[in-house]
Amino acid sequence: MAEHVGNVDTATAWGGGVSPFRVTYGKMMMWFFLVSDALTFGGFLVALGFAKASADSWPVAEEVFFHFPMTHANLPLIYVALMTFILIVSSVTMVLAVEAGHRMDQKGVQKWLGWTVVGGAIFLLSQAWEWGTFIAGPDGILSTWADNATLTNNPYNIANPDDLRYTNFFFFVTGFHGFHVFTGVVINLLVFLQVRKGVYQARGHYEMVEKVGLYWHFVDLVWVFVFTFFYLV
Amino acid sequence: MENRDDLIVNDSYAPMVNHSEEEGKAIRKKVWFVTILLSVITTVEVAMGIILSNKDASYWDFVKWSFIILTVVKAFYIVMEFMHLGHENKTLRRLIIIPYVFFIIYMIFLIIMEGFKVGAGYN
Repeated sequence: MAEHVGNVDTATAWGGGVSPFRVTYGKMMMWFFLVSDALTFGGFLVALGFAKASADSWPVAEEVFFHFPMTHANLPLIYVALMTFILIVSSVTMVLAVEAGHRMDQKGVQKWLGWTVVGGAIFLLSQAWEWGTFIAGPDGILSTWADNATLTNNPYNIANPDDLRYTNFFFFVTGFHGFHVFTGVVINLLVFLQVRKGVYQARGHYEMVEKVGLYWHFVDLVWVFVFTFFYLV
Repeated sequence: MENRDDLIVNDSYAPMVNHSEEEGKAIRKKVWFVTILLSVITTVEVAMGIILSNKDASYWDFVKWSFIILTVVKAFYIVMEFMHLGHENKTLRRLIIIPYVFFIIYMIFLIIMEGFKVGAGYN
């Protein structure tokens, strides 16, 4: 191998110490983490696809998710669509926070990152309500565990009540995603406090906001797929 | 090394990504376009889900594939614009997208095929 070393043109070869991808170490590692996390979510959703393809009956989402807070009207998927919209909007406020950071506009970053935290918190509360409603089951009463939707009981699959996969996938897929939202909100809140203290202003760039922004957009991206493959298809 | 513009040393990161007020305006315009697009697609998906019955086999396959295509369109805009991957270095973009798309398509193909086969065995 030694004879090849002499042929390397040091003017064009990557010399180390800098990024050949024109990206910082932190951002690249965040992307690598997101790819591996996306494979985990991909595994969940493909397993869901396996369950749906092999089940002889599968509950219809429009007949399970038709509740809306403070009304008894039959509104299929409207609440889930609202949750999706809330998450998309909080993703938008995050892009605006990153954009403000590129202009070194501390007040702007603070405002938009603050709204992102609020949006994430609303989504989490919505999911808590959704879980409560789902667990209560078709009779809408949470009191007894016997007829509630749990990991060991599936009141939604009337044709085949022994097939527990519907409730299990609901809890695992939305739960794993919800845990990501929870950590995202916590991280966004911590970065928000740093922004308010002027830490990144003093540093001269808002790269940290970009990195947590990538994670937050990923959470939105995953929800887009969960929405399609759990609720729609 | 100082004269090369395709490499960035960590300390010079900020001047490279920071932009002016005018550039910011153009970026925000693009952000609003993507926002409206994502909202419209979600609304269309929900409307299709409510109006069209999934018990009618004659068109449900078409609806299902429409959902999947619309989702991929949404994902494309989130990744390329919101996550800024469309504006990153080409090598980085390919490094992230190609292995993921390859593995996920392979996994979907294998496992869904298996699912239909297992289902046919049960029923």
